[in-house]
Amino acid sequence: MAPRPSLGLRARLLFAFALLCVVTAAAVAGGIYVQARNDILQRAQDAAVQAMRGRVEELFPLRTATPGPDELSDMAETVSDQSGLAIAFYNGVHATAGSQRPPGQNAPNLDPGVIPPPRPGRNPPVLDPGAIPLSLREKVAGGDIAWQRVVWQGEPYLVIGAPVVIVEQDEKTQVSGIEVYALHSLLAEKHSIDGLAVSAWLIGGAALAFAVVLALLATRGVLRPVRELGRAARLLGEGEMRTRIAVRGSDELADVARTFNNTAAELERHVKQLREMEADARRFVADVSHELRTPLAALAAVADVLDEEAARLPEPAGRAARLVSQETLNLTGLVNDLIEISRFDSGVAALALNEVDVAELVRATLRARGWSELVHTELPPAVTARLDPRRVDVILANLVGNALRHGEPPVSVRLCADPHWIALEVRDHGPGLDEAVLLHVFDRFYKASAARARSEGSGLGLAIARENARLHRGDLTVANAPDGGAMFTLRLPRWAHDPDGGPE
Amino acid sequence: MIRGVSRVLLIEDDPAVREGLELALTRHGHRVRAVESGEQGLDRLRTDLPDVVVLDLMLPGMDGFEVCRRIRAVGEVPIIMLTARGDDMDVVAGLEAGADDYVVKPVQPRVLEARIGAVLRRIGRDQAELERHGDLTIDRAGLVVAKRGVPVSLAPTELRLLLELSGTPGRVHSRQQLLESVWEHGYFGDSRLVDACVQRLRAKIEDDSAAPVYVQTVRGFGYRFGPV
Repeated sequence: MAPRPSLGLRARLLFAFALLCVVTAAAVAGGIYVQARNDILQRAQDAAVQAMRGRVEELFPLRTATPGPDELSDMAETVSDQSGLAIAFYNGVHATAGSQRPPGQNAPNLDPGVIPPPRPGRNPPVLDPGAIPLSLREKVAGGDIAWQRVVWQGEPYLVIGAPVVIVEQDEKTQVSGIEVYALHSLLAEKHSIDGLAVSAWLIGGAALAFAVVLALLATRGVLRPVRELGRAARLLGEGEMRTRIAVRGSDELADVARTFNNTAAELERHVKQLREMEADARRFVADVSHELRTPLAALAAVADVLDEEAARLPEPAGRAARLVSQETLNLTGLVNDLIEISRFDSGVAALALNEVDVAELVRATLRARGWSELVHTELPPAVTARLDPRRVDVILANLVGNALRHGEPPVSVRLCADPHWIALEVRDHGPGLDEAVLLHVFDRFYKASAARARSEGSGLGLAIARENARLHRGDLTVANAPDGGAMFTLRLPRWAHDPDGGPE
Repeated sequence: MIRGVSRVLLIEDDPAVREGLELALTRHGHRVRAVESGEQGLDRLRTDLPDVVVLDLMLPGMDGFEVCRRIRAVGEVPIIMLTARGDDMDVVAGLEAGADDYVVKPVQPRVLEARIGAVLRRIGRDQAELERHGDLTIDRAGLVVAKRGVPVSLAPTELRLLLELSGTPGRVHSRQQLLESVWEHGYFGDSRLVDACVQRLRAKIEDDSAAPVYVQTVRGFGYRFGPV
């Protein structure tokens, strides 16, 4: 089947294109995405940290070096940005921004008045110390300003922690033990990054779709010539020697097309040459046969005279005369057979169809040659068929003659018929034929044994018999019967088609 | 039945074949006049009055078909063609030109001899009554066929075919049967002989050969005389 390989090629090309596109899009979009995301976050982070530093400056001068919860809350309030989320620690005590009352041991404060309220009618989130990662606290406790991204209550934040540092007169700094932490919302950045990701996906998807369309076009462009090539090759194989394909462009496919055309042209030339040689050979045989006919006609005319006079001639001359007469007959038979087979070869052999009683035809063939007593027949009556009696007689006479000459008796002829076909089986009860011989019995001039270099007959008998059968659109086959003996089966259509009308 | 002396006009251009056939036929008791061209043959036809003409179709100058037609134009002498094997169209054309029978070269003299005997054989004259079939009267004794009282000139083979068919009016004769009884060809003769002869016979005795009354075709079987 032709479509399967081309579909396979198409699928493979599509897959390769899609894969290439996905990998490229993923690399480009992914790279840009990561870069942009980092940039956005970095910038937001830098700004937030800078702002935090500024706000921490505002804590100074400190009201007290050992603040209580209220002072801590004020400090947290000071460092918080617009999200209002900040917390201050000192000595195990903490307070969040906006908590007016002293915090309990651990309870975070609820403060409805904190700005900005994220959504009206809903309590704003209140920071609890657990939101601050311990690793960050350790760094801050070490005296560094530090930050970390966290997700708190489902939203992204940047937590910035700063120690409150006291600068002494000798420019020495000293950790006061107060730590302030502020949360900076990264929601806006997250939206930007999400938008970026969506864009990346969209562009990737569009690129993929584009790639698929492109791949389809490309595969069509590649596959059409390939399909055309396949079709042309098939036609060439079927004997359509004039098949060529159009060469478009100058790419590799065009090269293939050119090569194909050159090959086809070469092939056509060779086949033509071979056919011409064969036709020449056949014409030669036909011409030779025809040329032989005129001298043979003269020879045949006098051979009878010679034969009849042979008895009266003195001995060597008499035998010579008989020999000449006999060989003239044989030569006549050979030339007639050659002419007959030339007619099959040149396609001028025609059927002269007649409706006949097949059993009567078989009996007439046997009777005409004096074989009626030698051959056992099974001929059901009233089987009629439309065939060329002369040609069927030639076939039958050849088959029965061979069986009588080369096989063992009893020789039998059996007729079977169905509504569309008749079959005539001619068999003997000899040893049958070798497998190797079976394959070649219908070959021209085939001799079953090299020793029998020249048997009776021209060596064309079975070839002519088969051609006659095929002219009827039937066939002649040979097999060895299971219980021994060669069996030739002639199958003929009962109502042979008559190509030229013929007699009704 | 004429036996022994029959006059054969042999028209054959190849000297060897001509001489061979002349030799063989003479040896079988025929008086053979052998000529090498159609023109000579037509001359001899007038002077020799042969019983049968054996005519090679491939002749230089006037070809065999033309000779055949000219012989038919002047008389009903039986004509046997010598044809080349494989030249089917020649056979058909020759039969249409009026030949009675044909043999394929290279021919054995005894085959030719048998065909000559067959075309010359006469029908026995034992039935004496005059038969009437419509407008046609057949005198089996005098071997005269007349249509509306006018004698119709029939070649011997045509006459024999008509006598054979009209002997059993209404009965179908297969081509094989007719080949055996009229041409003495045996079972496997060329049925085109019958068809060609029927055509010629119809042209002479039917009012309209396309719608025959006397010699009717029975499709797939053969021919039948009448019923009128």
